[in-house]
Amino acid sequence: MLDLSNIPVIDQVGVEERIARLNSRSIKKESKLQGLHLALSMIDLTTLEGKDTAGKVRQMCYKAMHPADDIPGLPTVAAVCVYPNHVKTAKTALGNSGINVASVATAFPSGNSSLKVKLADTKLAIDNGADEIDMVISRGEFLSGNSKFVYDEIATIKEACGNARLKVIFETGELSTLDNIRLVSEIAMQAGADFIKTSTGKIQPAATMPVTLVMLHAIKDYHEKTGKMVGMKPAGGISTSKQALQYLVMLYETLGGAWMTNEWFRFGASSLANDILLQLHKEQSGVYYSGDYISKD
Amino acid sequence: MTRIAVLKTYKLFIGGAFPRTESGRYYKIQNKANETIANVGLSSRKDFRNAVVAVRKAQDAWQGRAAFNKSQIIYRIAEILEGRKVQFVEELISQGSTKASAEKEVQMSIDRCVYYSGWCDKYQAIYSSVNPVATSHFNFSVPEPMGVVSIIASDETSLLGFISALLPCIVGGNTCIVLASSSKPLSAITFAEVLATSDVPAGIINILTGKEKELHTHFSNHMDVNAVVYCRTDKAIWKTIAQNASLNIKRSFWWNKDWAKSESENPYLIMDLQEIKTTWHPIENIGVSGAKY
Amino acid sequence: MAKKIKEQVQPFTWSYAPALESKDHIQLKQQYELFINGRFVKPNSGKYFDTINPSTEQVIAKVADANPKDVDSAMMAAKNAYDKTWSKISAKERGKYIFRIARIIQERAREFAVIESIDGGKPIRESRDIDIPLAANHFFYYAGWADKLQYAFPNQQIKPHGVAAQIIPWNFPLLMAAWKIAPALATGNTVVLKPAETTPLTAMKLAEVMQEADLPPGVVNIISGQKATGAAMVQHPIPNKIAFTGSTAVGKWIQNEIAGTDKKLSLELGGKGANIIFADAALDQAIEGIINGIFFNQGHVCCAGSRLFVQESVADIVVKKLKQRMETLIIGDPLDKQTDIGAINSKVQLDKINHYIKLGIKEEASMYQSSCALPSKGFFCKPTLFMHTSQSHRIVQEEIFGPVLAIQTFRTIEEVIEKANNIPYGLSAGVWTDKGSKIFNLTQKLKAGVVWANTFNKFDPASPFGGYKESGFGREGGVHGLAAYLQQF
Repeated sequence: MLDLSNIPVIDQVGVEERIARLNSRSIKKESKLQGLHLALSMIDLTTLEGKDTAGKVRQMCYKAMHPADDIPGLPTVAAVCVYPNHVKTAKTALGNSGINVASVATAFPSGNSSLKVKLADTKLAIDNGADEIDMVISRGEFLSGNSKFVYDEIATIKEACGNARLKVIFETGELSTLDNIRLVSEIAMQAGADFIKTSTGKIQPAATMPVTLVMLHAIKDYHEKTGKMVGMKPAGGISTSKQALQYLVMLYETLGGAWMTNEWFRFGASSLANDILLQLHKEQSGVYYSGDYISKD
Repeated sequence: MTRIAVLKTYKLFIGGAFPRTESGRYYKIQNKANETIANVGLSSRKDFRNAVVAVRKAQDAWQGRAAFNKSQIIYRIAEILEGRKVQFVEELISQGSTKASAEKEVQMSIDRCVYYSGWCDKYQAIYSSVNPVATSHFNFSVPEPMGVVSIIASDETSLLGFISALLPCIVGGNTCIVLASSSKPLSAITFAEVLATSDVPAGIINILTGKEKELHTHFSNHMDVNAVVYCRTDKAIWKTIAQNASLNIKRSFWWNKDWAKSESENPYLIMDLQEIKTTWHPIENIGVSGAKY
Repeated sequence: MAKKIKEQVQPFTWSYAPALESKDHIQLKQQYELFINGRFVKPNSGKYFDTINPSTEQVIAKVADANPKDVDSAMMAAKNAYDKTWSKISAKERGKYIFRIARIIQERAREFAVIESIDGGKPIRESRDIDIPLAANHFFYYAGWADKLQYAFPNQQIKPHGVAAQIIPWNFPLLMAAWKIAPALATGNTVVLKPAETTPLTAMKLAEVMQEADLPPGVVNIISGQKATGAAMVQHPIPNKIAFTGSTAVGKWIQNEIAGTDKKLSLELGGKGANIIFADAALDQAIEGIINGIFFNQGHVCCAGSRLFVQESVADIVVKKLKQRMETLIIGDPLDKQTDIGAINSKVQLDKINHYIKLGIKEEASMYQSSCALPSKGFFCKPTLFMHTSQSHRIVQEEIFGPVLAIQTFRTIEEVIEKANNIPYGLSAGVWTDKGSKIFNLTQKLKAGVVWANTFNKFDPASPFGGYKESGFGREGGVHGLAAYLQQF
């Protein structure tokens, strides 16, 4: 049963002050290395373009498994994220690497379709072997006050996911206020989301720190109340190592060490991995690197 | 046989009532011909204490009244004074004023009520500020009454000085205990009768009679008094008052003024008895600060 | 093939590597003299005292101890400068000097920040992001007032007092110097300022700024010293204006001391601010407000939100969140950019705080301290909560001036207003609720000079600051801050 009582309000200025303070942490030396390795392991390497092809997906999958073979001891990314029709290609390419295949579904990115189509979309991805489903919510319904609709839709998709983990995308750039974001987080978690996710990457602004912090607080409160852990995935707009470390500091100081794993935190990003590799090269060699030394797939 | 005049007993004015002094002591007020015209109470420390209790009780409600309403109440004082002008003039004459100066003093006193009645809902606008802080906050500062004020009113101008000191105090939402002129206390007590029959809430103005030398210590060292105003001329007494004020960081003011002068009525006297309160609140700034989410 | 790290069992621990602010660029002398009449002069007393780094307990420098004769020369210099130069130059030029001072502070901001942290123990994050920028901004703000004063006092004649004697505390050494000097100069006064004995260094560096700005000699005089120095300043016949920030006890002494004289006084004294959390507040932001309210600057803040009132229905969750948030606070080297809570300013202050912590335990309030380790050297104190307290507890009534928070619960608005005002102080208060009309109900009824609604411990040069009741009188900052430095008639 959807219960939306006692959901705290959010003060935007207070959130931004907290972010400013978190960002004043200075992550250097071994703590930076540790953070960069972790961030790399949390990436959902993503391609979600109309022009995606099997060839493109296979190249990305190789990159996912071999981020930089010249740096020893690197983790792989957590997952690759593709459209449902490319799941099979990705699944094959990744073999038994342990890297998950995540698929967007439910009429991504707008979510404007019938439940029937959304279920079929989800089923296609699952049948093709997706380990994770990234669904979008119906923002129109949410903004018109129809929380129950959003809740039911998520719950239905969750059921269709079977063993696959469900990430619920809010498209926070369309939701207008932090109060809305706090509310929709609650709806999604109660409906069974395994992860809550900020954005599709198709709408600006995508992930931001204030939005992510509000969602982390929602996860924390939900965990306090139910004992259930829910994961967090900021997606879109996080392209630098510095940003990634700031998100990790925020995660660490809000939810603690238990969430500091790709089991519970992901970055939805396409170019972040290479910036992390640039930084790791620099840490290894002591000189600043050029993009020419990093593979671009 | 000539008729025996009925001599009025001038009592104190505390909490809207007219009690006798707790001290049980009186002093005589005489006219120029050395005839006793009245017995007046010599207020004690205990009278002052009772007055503080009464005034503290009245403070919040008076402070909370709408400024417009305060203005009407003070204008009403002027109206009633106007109607009882003759009595005040006679009283001043009996205490040694010439007719001309008595009439002038009463007129000025009434006009001063009108003047300050107009300030009730205006000084805040002039002395408030919206402060342009650098962070995303709405920040404003407004005057607020200090609270309970003890006033030792002028000895000389017994009606005008009395009114001129208490008006800036109550116009600003404060409440007060006033020591009336010691040598000419009658006008103040008659003024209390005006108050009692006007719309002034009980307790916001309390009037004691007596000697400043006996009372200035109590007026200045009571810990439940927020500010003390001295309107007489004795430097030694002023020093003691200022020293005693330090017991509770009381605000102390020496209004050593010629109340007949027009510049002796001004809003800065109201502001002497105001605190400035600054309030902050965040401003959500989705649009201004750019794409935040 | 690269390995996955998916199968972690142990929760990840991440200890941030120290990020020490460099000390290379700062220049400190081994001995500081008095700054009188534009020059650094040896004290007539011949005496010096040590100023130490509270995070290492090591001596940083020796500082001159001004005696009454030194005070006299500083006052004479200020009087002379007032009569001969400062009152003669145009308001516009006066303003330009102050602008210049502001700029130089900005240019030397990093140096000031490091010295502030070394001498006073506050974390570099705060000295760098708050103290020093605000100090520069304060000079900027008041510089602009110098030639516009009449607009602030309609229908009034205004005149500077002449010489202002200013005594400042150790919790915000440079910022308090700016709060004092900037409005005094803008309104045309000259100044003799005494920094606190445990934190004189940035004031002495500020004296260098005055030289660098070519301020006419004697307009600002800065004399280090101890209690007796301050007393001599208050008792000196020259200054017509005394401005003091510090303890209520000393404030009372000053008010008593100058009673009956023509000296004007402004006092910014102690506090025991109520920070009130309603059930409908933005709780996660309120937690930050509580943290900022009591642990900012190690709790050495006169307007600290040291009495927390939480509505009963959310008391458990608020306390739980608060404890969790406290665990993320980093206590340690003030020069480490990671540090949230630095060193307690002095041994004396640490003893006082510890005395109150013991008292709280004795009063049977339940105590919680964050589990952080404290450095082995230096004066440090764990962030501390006392729960289940009441207005009758002494730890609730008395100003501790440290990272110690007393928590009470309440049920109704009337109750919390009464309790919040039930204290002789009246400097600050905080209100956290989502309901606008409730905010205005409280902000009107709380007897405090500064009320923060849905925020706490915010400062700005344009915003008047000062207390009700025993927290002092007069305002600093904003247009209202001008009045304290002008005679009006």
